[in-house]
Amino acid sequence: MTTSFQNVIADRHKYARQWKARTGGKVIGYFCTWLPEEIVYAAGILPVRILGSHEPQEMAERHISSMYCPLCRDCLAQGLSGKYDYLDGIIGPFSCLHIRQTFASWKTHVPLEYSYYLYVPTIGHHAAAKPFWVKQLTKFKASLEEWTKKPITDDDLDKSINVYNTNRRYLRQIYDLRKDDFPPVSGAECMEMVVSSQLADKAEHNVWLKSAYHEFSTKKERKDPGIRLMILGSENDDTEFVRLIESLGATVVIDDHCTGSRYFWNYVMPKEDRLSAIASRYLNRPACPAKDITQERRRFKHIPKLAKDFRAQGAILIQQKFCDPHEFDIPPIKEILMKELGIPSLHIEMDIVWPLGAYQTRLESFLEMLQPALV
Amino acid sequence: MTITKYQTKPLQCWQKAKELRLNYFKSVMNAKRDGKLLAMVDSGSFLELPAGLGDDYIPFEGHPYGASVGGDPEFSQKCVEATEAKGFARDMCAYTRNFWGSMFLNEYLYGGEFPKGEFAIWRSACESEGKFYQLVAEHMGIPGYALDFPLLPGQEKDEDVIEYVVDQLGACIKWMEKVTGRKYDDEKLLKAANNHFESTRIWAEICMLNQTIPAPLDQKTIYTLYFPSVALRHMPETLAFYKEVLAEVKDRVANKIAALPIEQCRLWDDGIPPWYFLGLYRYLEQYGAVVLGSQYTYALHGAWEDYPDGSWGPARLPQERGMRMKTREDILRAIALWYEEKPMIRAMALPEIKSRQLLRIVQDWHADGVMMHSNRGCPGLSFGQVENYLALQKSGIPTIIYEGNAADKRELSEAQVLDRIDGLMEQMGIRKLVGL
Repeated sequence: MTTSFQNVIADRHKYARQWKARTGGKVIGYFCTWLPEEIVYAAGILPVRILGSHEPQEMAERHISSMYCPLCRDCLAQGLSGKYDYLDGIIGPFSCLHIRQTFASWKTHVPLEYSYYLYVPTIGHHAAAKPFWVKQLTKFKASLEEWTKKPITDDDLDKSINVYNTNRRYLRQIYDLRKDDFPPVSGAECMEMVVSSQLADKAEHNVWLKSAYHEFSTKKERKDPGIRLMILGSENDDTEFVRLIESLGATVVIDDHCTGSRYFWNYVMPKEDRLSAIASRYLNRPACPAKDITQERRRFKHIPKLAKDFRAQGAILIQQKFCDPHEFDIPPIKEILMKELGIPSLHIEMDIVWPLGAYQTRLESFLEMLQPALV
Repeated sequence: MTITKYQTKPLQCWQKAKELRLNYFKSVMNAKRDGKLLAMVDSGSFLELPAGLGDDYIPFEGHPYGASVGGDPEFSQKCVEATEAKGFARDMCAYTRNFWGSMFLNEYLYGGEFPKGEFAIWRSACESEGKFYQLVAEHMGIPGYALDFPLLPGQEKDEDVIEYVVDQLGACIKWMEKVTGRKYDDEKLLKAANNHFESTRIWAEICMLNQTIPAPLDQKTIYTLYFPSVALRHMPETLAFYKEVLAEVKDRVANKIAALPIEQCRLWDDGIPPWYFLGLYRYLEQYGAVVLGSQYTYALHGAWEDYPDGSWGPARLPQERGMRMKTREDILRAIALWYEEKPMIRAMALPEIKSRQLLRIVQDWHADGVMMHSNRGCPGLSFGQVENYLALQKSGIPTIIYEGNAADKRELSEAQVLDRIDGLMEQMGIRKLVGL
């Protein structure tokens, strides 16, 4: 079953093209997981997250400063080179300036039928945020309706919410299996499930997840996980990197990534006002550092809780080079993990491509350092 | 080629500008001794908001302080290294690293220990701004309040945004009353807001006068003059000062008193300057190149407005637009609108907005070329800069980008910057003035 997830990731463009041919529907690209996909999906549109290609490029720097993060430059380069030429439109949900510039430059230089910039409040739990954002979502929904020339009914939204919540439920159930002393599923396999979920039609993905859950939960042969690790930080869709970690005598048992748990952790709780229900879900989801600017520091409570619940023994902090919000959070998180839970961490800075040998050496040193502490 | 030589003379208000700046930093330093209410407020934030707590309110603003530290390379190096020693990245905002380092070292640039405020307020126009004061409040162990300030790309004013900001400002006032135990006075807020509105409007009027040939002011001078519009825009002293500056600059225009004796070419500047290397403006004088200003100096807090007829200029005051200023909500609404209209803020929504602004500025201020500072660690002001560069080039406007850092000297090569400037001058056919 894991091959379905891998195939979607490897052949994401082929998958989207085939979906389009099969359904006659529109495909939209989006840059960040703050997009309330339920509304897009309810309009009969397939939302596809634009992720890194991890291939060297030299097109983006003609439009974006080279001190903007590698992800935003990698994404733009793919747009400019025509890799996403099947997209009917793009949506830029506001997360950070880097991604906003990718959206803006893409919109300017790549011909598209539709584009929409959706503001997402920075302080989701402020009392004023929800009424404001519900109004923004109402405008967004109207814009999609105008484009598709089809109303999005409450029934459409209910069905969409149901599909998305089912996806989240399966992913959480599979993640929970990792709490076991001998987890039946690896970190790389989990990342593949989440990343493919951001690329595939969720209804189809749910069928694969159901089967995967059955397969993993009944798995008899389970190996010693070695050192239990948490990975957290910037956007990271590089499953090869996780495979590398797990080939060195460790298992990634939990993450705090937007290509991992942050994407699906909480549900839309049904309400009469569907947009209000959707807004609540996104405004209260686990935050990334760009959406965690108050003194409350929601991340600093959520991350240690995850580490504790999944019994992580070490943490790898991944940061896209030049990603300011994560640069602000990484030193205090390192301190909290060590002081509160005695969890040492390793900080790794990612670029569009990364030096396998150098990272392997650093990872090996980190894992060796952890061994005596665990005896 | 005939070269015109203009009369030039120092500004009479120069000393006053220096005094305002120094007195401000000293007032921050002595706030505790003098029993004043010191609040940590980021300069982009709603500076006037705590004014309703009392006349003794003094804001300690991170960005002007970080810039001032940047102007002292030796102390700045100590500060950025102190921040980096805590594990923070070298490519983060240098204003933040200077401020934090000074705070971690407990050393204030103007002497003594690092001043500690009673509470902190910050907003989120860029990610660095949102995170900067979060740590300041934590380090100082003081209560903090974050505000969300949406940037929407539409050209039309969004009433939902105004309402959202007003709601947050109202909640922030209640929070400040709670954490300080003081009763909030709306009359004091109104006075501070009116000072802000009028002084930043006058600042825009002053900047408009630099459309004149010869330019009465140059960027190096403007850096000193614009400071009150950033750090003290809510104060009556600032309003009085800008009235004086306006009168003096009008007089310079009427009498053709120029910033530079020879004006061979006029340049527009983009971004924050390298504060430790303002000598680059002196270097440009060797070419008779007058730098007219930048959006950073004109519009960081200068108040501009797009008029209904398609032209633009200094913003009309809320009262002139028929806005009521009776209740707290009225005042907060006027404040929210004033911030929402700031061109610097709007430019951070989409690159094409700033490109349009730049093309209009180049035309209206009769600029011959543009130089852009790609400021490492400042994603806010680097936003769209490469697209802006392309837009200017496409319109045939000679433009260069030089890389550097506003407040971390380690990140800039002076020789490389001057080489770039030489290249721009060559592209424009301007030679150094020799023997004139």
